[in-house]
Amino acid sequence: MDHSTLIKTPVLVDASPPIVAAASPANRRRRILIGKPGLDGHDRGAKYIVHLLRDHGYEVIYTGIRRTPDEIVAKAVRQQVDAIGLSVLSGAHMPLFTRVLELLATQRATQIVVFGGGIIPAEDVELLKSQGVAEIFTPGASADEILSALARLLPVTHAGA
Amino acid sequence: MNTSNTLSLQAGFADWQTQTLAPTLRKAPERVARFVTASSTPVERLYLPIESSGHERYLEQLGFPGEYPFTRGVQPTMYRGRLWTMRQYAGFGSADETNARFRYLLSQGSTGLSVAFDLPTQIGYDCDAPQAAGEVGRVGVSISSLADMERLFDGIPLDRVSTSMTINATAPILLAMYVAVAEQQNVSSTQINGTIQNDILKEYIARGTYRFPPQASLRLTRDLFAWCSRETPKWNSISISGYHIREAGSTAAQEIGFTLADAVCYIESALNAGLSVDDFAPRLAFFFAAHTDVLEEVAKFRAARRLYARLMRERFGAQDPRSCMLRFHTQTGGVTLTAQQPDNNIVRVTLQALAAVLGGTQSLHTNSKDEALALPSEEAVTVALRTQQIIAHESGVANTIDPLAGSYFIEQLTDRLEADARRYIDKIDELGGMVAAIEQGYPQAEIEQAAYDFQRSIDTGARQIVGVNCFASQEPTRLELFQLDEQSARRPIERLAEVRERRDALRVNRTLDAIRAAAQSDENLMPVILDAVRAYATIGEICASLESVLGVHQESCAEVLA
Repeated sequence: MDHSTLIKTPVLVDASPPIVAAASPANRRRRILIGKPGLDGHDRGAKYIVHLLRDHGYEVIYTGIRRTPDEIVAKAVRQQVDAIGLSVLSGAHMPLFTRVLELLATQRATQIVVFGGGIIPAEDVELLKSQGVAEIFTPGASADEILSALARLLPVTHAGA
Repeated sequence: MNTSNTLSLQAGFADWQTQTLAPTLRKAPERVARFVTASSTPVERLYLPIESSGHERYLEQLGFPGEYPFTRGVQPTMYRGRLWTMRQYAGFGSADETNARFRYLLSQGSTGLSVAFDLPTQIGYDCDAPQAAGEVGRVGVSISSLADMERLFDGIPLDRVSTSMTINATAPILLAMYVAVAEQQNVSSTQINGTIQNDILKEYIARGTYRFPPQASLRLTRDLFAWCSRETPKWNSISISGYHIREAGSTAAQEIGFTLADAVCYIESALNAGLSVDDFAPRLAFFFAAHTDVLEEVAKFRAARRLYARLMRERFGAQDPRSCMLRFHTQTGGVTLTAQQPDNNIVRVTLQALAAVLGGTQSLHTNSKDEALALPSEEAVTVALRTQQIIAHESGVANTIDPLAGSYFIEQLTDRLEADARRYIDKIDELGGMVAAIEQGYPQAEIEQAAYDFQRSIDTGARQIVGVNCFASQEPTRLELFQLDEQSARRPIERLAEVRERRDALRVNRTLDAIRAAAQSDENLMPVILDAVRAYATIGEICASLESVLGVHQESCAEVLA
């Protein structure tokens, strides 16, 4: 075993630096919040996505497990993220995803793109998309699929990486 | 092996390499430059006899079945005497629905029950709590009070089945409910037989259903140990689990190393509370995953048994041989199931189950082919159970003990995994023990790194998964998936309202006061929890009472940023 390969920047960076005043969508990297709403502790997928997106130039904040939709939306708004990625594998995705969309609407933050992943049946995927979730990734989705979907959803260059 | 034999072996090997192997490699190179196990341990081309498992060191390294160091198995006859327990993890919706699934599994030849609880039950929220919204009955059965537990085991004689319960933060409450249902059936606590998971450390490391802070949780674990050692002699008071560590992405060596480091922490905690090792160690049980790399998994189970025996004797001075026996349940690897071409999962599960049996497991759960997509259908569960039955009754692998022993590769991989796992235990000792290691984020970061490397190797194609990154097909998956009845969440909530209406509220409040008082003292919490459960206090009420004294845990950046 080789301890030198320890992850240098562990995923759970809850205390992200404050946003600099000059930050605007045009001159900063795309920022994504990965959230785990509800009681589900399966975080292998969420953490993988965090690393994958960081490796591809995104700025990523991870909430850790067992956060409420209110906590997630508050953080997303405060950190001025471009997108929220929600991960739920427990089957509770419908009320949790819907609540996040509602809260974004009340906070007038619907410019934030919402995508998600988890064990989500096809009919729920359709329903969630009709309610405003931009994309849902289910088991078997490849890194390429996820990256190209996000490049399409968040088109501004993240060349500052 | 003596020196002249060793020399002639080395000479023969050198000759083979130059005369036979080299010309072949020149004509036909091997498939890849570097062969590795599923955990990325290098695999050599050919393994030769080695000293560690040869005649001279046989007794020290392998020994005999049922004897220290138990490398070859914990029972003298293994499956020639009794087959492993075929125990399928099940639970969903309301207690009535899960009760029906239990009865079906028993009618199909399952020999033990294994209860899956939903997340509110596991974390200690009633089904009508705001935190439970959307989660009730999803990943397991919903239990809020004794009334639900009575229905869950309705018509199932608790003196005749063995029951495993996957419950950790709220383990004392669910065990108390089980004991109370047994009392109603006129079955005494000394007669009940089964296992409670009660392994809170791995919840902070990998699984996530904690409620109270680590030290407070360890006190609950200890209270349950002490109570069980007096009241439930046939009940395993913990199942120290590597399964979820592996599911979160660890390697095989990390799975054993972190799990046994957890065991060290529980044992030290019980010793500090004044228990003596041989009083409780025989009731400690383990739980591991079985993945598809069959030979690595067999070596892993053997290495875990030997390493644990040595730890118990050398570190804790255990005298009772039963204290040195690593008895374990196995579940096939949930993360290895693919959404693509789900029928292939039946084959994966077969290989994994075979590894568990060749590795000497005491009980086994086989996953169903559709579990990457949904809770399993009854049809898929039946195939999974049949898989075990075919291995047991047709394959012949259960007819002799530890059949792969003596394989040069298996023995050397067993040695290597034992050494690698021991290094993880040493590292955790250096960090100040498992609680300190968790607080510093060490096991979490190791697992995260291994998981990331594994997934990248699939994404880049370095590691091949059939139907995923090779031999893929464009045909859509056709499967009849299990669908949870949307009314399932409503029934437990209605029943809970009835319970609150019917019970003696004053008695409930008295028992909850007693829990708060006991939590503030050193008193064992089990008896007061049992009183509260008998009064139909709910899991949410009991946990809120405990939380008011013990506090609550939340994953914090400090833990993982270290």
